[in-house]
Order: sequence, then structure tokens, then C-alpha cells
Amino acid sequence: MTPSSALLSLADFQDRFAEALLADGDADGRLATQPGFAVHRNTVMKGWVDALAANYPSVLRLVGEAFFRTAAVAYARMHPTADPRLWCYGAGYADFLATYAPAAALAYLPGVARLDRYWTEAHGAASAPALDAVTLASLSPAQLAQCRLAPHPSARWAWSAGQPVYTLWRRNREANGSEDSAALDWQGEGAMLLRPGASVTWRSLDAAGCAFMDACAQGQPLGMAAAAAVAADAHADIAALLAVLLQDGAFIATHIET
Amino acid sequence: MTATLGAGLALKPAHYEAALSCDADGMWFEVHPENYYADGGPRLAWLEAIRSRHPVALHGVGLSLASASAPDPAHLGRLAALSGRIAPAIVSEHMAWSAWRGAAYPDLLPFPRTGEALQRLVDNVGRMQDALKRRIAIENPSHYLRIEGHAWDEIDFMAELARRSGCGLLLDVNNVHVGARNLGYDAAAYIDRVPASLIMEVHLAGHTPDPVLGQALLIDSHDAPVAPEVWALYARLVARVGPRPTLIERDDHLPEFATLMAERARAAALMAPARMEAA
Repeated sequence: MTPSSALLSLADFQDRFAEALLADGDADGRLATQPGFAVHRNTVMKGWVDALAANYPSVLRLVGEAFFRTAAVAYARMHPTADPRLWCYGAGYADFLATYAPAAALAYLPGVARLDRYWTEAHGAASAPALDAVTLASLSPAQLAQCRLAPHPSARWAWSAGQPVYTLWRRNREANGSEDSAALDWQGEGAMLLRPGASVTWRSLDAAGCAFMDACAQGQPLGMAAAAAVAADAHADIAALLAVLLQDGAFIATHIET
Repeated sequence: MTATLGAGLALKPAHYEAALSCDADGMWFEVHPENYYADGGPRLAWLEAIRSRHPVALHGVGLSLASASAPDPAHLGRLAALSGRIAPAIVSEHMAWSAWRGAAYPDLLPFPRTGEALQRLVDNVGRMQDALKRRIAIENPSHYLRIEGHAWDEIDFMAELARRSGCGLLLDVNNVHVGARNLGYDAAAYIDRVPASLIMEVHLAGHTPDPVLGQALLIDSHDAPVAPEVWALYARLVARVGPRPTLIERDDHLPEFATLMAERARAAALMAPARMEAA
């Protein structure tokens, strides 16, 4: 059914119009067969596909235009969103790619997509002053072990087991002509994205670092977070890890609880 | 406040620096508020920087006022928050729908102009004006389709919407031209009939012929300079209603800032004699 009747309620008209917008092939009905209907169909699909391309530039660069476009159209048809903000369109794209059969051989692709998504989330996250090392230095060792560090609102991190996802993502995100063609070391990698000031920054974060941040995000005290890091990697250097995280601005200044 | 607005430009991120330092007389900028519904970050900071130097108008595309349902309260709340934050010179939305049953479509979709649709729009414009505590402007749509069941002429429909809701109109001259060509009505007659007292803002933009159908189907693509026919309609409008805040819209194939400034200077020049007459 496509919209054609003068007697439709507005809701019925919208139902039929929306159905015809996403219908495959030629629809019947006096609206959908008009040449102008294609303008709306094209505008809608182009809006979604262009938004995915803008929000997942590393995925686009890895798979190329044709593959990306086909995957984007499939995603757009399957995953309607109520959010009209195109700059955050595609929240579920990484999960979709994990189940998208044509991408089955590209096991790293969902992980790369997830880092693109983290960039978008970090870019639009709330601003907050970051905790500095001086504040922590004033605490006694006992206080330090008990204090809870809250991750910065823009902080996003993930560990990818078995896939050099961060290197793949970074090479494609930073692509600026000076191609890094060094062979990939095919092993697990983690990354953290963060927007401490005006722009999004990123760094590699090992398994211990990711476990540490996970524990902090769960509200665990520093002592427990350190234990989680050591559980992930028995050789973890907690002091060095914490120094790096503080230097990057990975925690909120105002949330020191002891 | 709108009395100080001359000719302005739709603001694009690529032009932030040039926009910030621009000091043309009567200059103002317009943005889609949806692009700034973020908790923080550089985009919002940029908008606030622009706002510290220029009047800014918010031109919404996502509230879907012509739906048979109320606008998403979350998005209306975000618009109200952004409006409070940057004190816009004008807030506008479209006479169209784009969200329905949990799906947001990145387009401005048409509907039959029935009494039911009119009442839905009156209610939804009222909700928007209540949330923002201000009068808003509603933009006339582009048309690509012959829709059965129109009970109202478009101008009468908009005038009645304005009368019942208290809103004003954003008259998009390019939309009038595109719709007139696609549906076969007289653009000049349309321009001549829009009630002058309701026009809060005017939009000018470029269009492109459909790649297959050519001139038989014009597309409101915002990716080209304002067409000569649209300039002629604009001059005709200004001669009748006097100067109104006028915006040059360009979303794709973005040229240099100076190229857009030349287009807005042309709009300003067309308004200058009318402005002197009004003074």
C-alpha cells in the first residue's frame, strides 16, 4: 500500500509514505510512482549513508566506497533511529558490522568502527576539568588506595583481543598522505580516546590499562582498580600507568572520594 | 531585535574562522540547532564564539511539526536549552514532517493540507512556542509530489496556521520557485500573495535540475548559487514587503566564504533602496 487516498488520516498517510520511502523496487500507488517520489527516497537514503560515511571515516577508508555504501544502506534499512542528529547517527554500526555477512572475513572491522564511534562520542561529550597528579600526590598511600577516580566524561576505551584494531584505526583516521606501511603486528591492542580540551586525542592502552579504567568506571577504589590491572597483566606497572592517564586528563578533577 | 538583521549566511564549520572575523553591516548567521545538541565540545564552543560577535538564528530540521504526534520532548528540551544558551535572533522550523513512529528521516516530507493537519500543526507550533517562550517562524516547503486531498491552498493554510498559533513565516523563495516549476503553479503570484506582516525571514538558495528529468524536476539541493529566477522573485518580494532578514543557504559544494559573501551582498543591495524608503 502506498499513499494515494484523499480520505486518509494524517497518521495513515504518514504510515504509507514512510513504508513507500523504504520499499524496494517499484511501488504502486499514485504518490510513489511519481518521479518526484524518488527525490524523497534519495534524500533520505543519502542523508543516512553520508552521515555514516562522515561518522565512520576509518571504516570507509578501509573497505572503500562501494562496499561501505552497500553496508550503509543495509544498516539504514534495518536500524531506524528516532534521533534526528545526523552527527550521532549510526550508534549501532559496529555491532551491525559484526553480524554483516559480507564483512565476515574482516574480523577487525567492528573494532575499528567502535573507535570511530568513540571519536564521535568524545567529540560531543560534556567538558570537565581534568584531575592532575598534584592533587593525588597530597594523599597518603592508604587514602590513595581507597580513593575513587571517575573517568572524564569524554573518555572512551576498549581492548580488542587478537586484533591490531588501534593501529588499523589510527592509520586510517590519521591518513594524511604519509602512509605508515610497516607490517602489522597481529595481536591484541587497546586504545583510549579522550577530549581533555578542544580536540579529541588518542593513545594506545594495554590490557592492564583498559582493566584499570573499567574498574574506575565501575566506581571501584584505586586499590581494586590496580588489582584488576595486575589481574589482566601480571607485569603491569601501576605507577607508570597512572602517571600516563593523569597526564592525558583521563579523570575528572572534582571526583576524588576517599 | 530582528530589525538589525540584514543579509546573513548559513554557517558551515569550514567557514568558522572567516565567519568569526566577518564585520559586514547587518551580518548574521543561521545554524541547524540539531548539529549543536551536544553536552559540550568544540562545536558548541564555536557557536558561542560566533554568537559573541554576531546575531545567530536557529533553523530546526528535526521537530517534525506536521506529524500526527507531538514533537519528541527530548529534542524540544534540547532546542529550548540551546535557545536559552545562545539567545537566537530568530527560531524557525519547517512545515513538514520527518519523524514518525520511532524513525527520523533526514528529509522534509509533505502531507495533505487538511483541517486535521492544520490542527496538528497549530498544536505542535504551540508546543514549540511554549517551550521556547517566543514566536517562531515556519518555512514553506519545496514540492516534488502531487498529493491528493489538499483541502487548503498553501498560502491560506500558512496564514491560518499563523493566525491560530501566533507564529510567523519564513518565506523560502527558492522553495516557491522549485515547487512552482515541479507542480506547475505561478511563482510570482505566490510571492505576491504571502501576507507581508507574517514574514519574519526570507531564505534564498540554489537548486539543481534532476539528473534524468532535467528542468521538469527541480531539486532544492542547496548546492549551487541562487538562480536568476529566484533573484527576480526576491526583488519582487522586497519591492512589495520591504527589507526582511534574508539568508543565503548553501549546504553542498561549499564555495569560498567570499563567494557566499558576494551573494549575501547582492541580497543586501536589493534591500538597500527598500530600507531607505522604510526609513
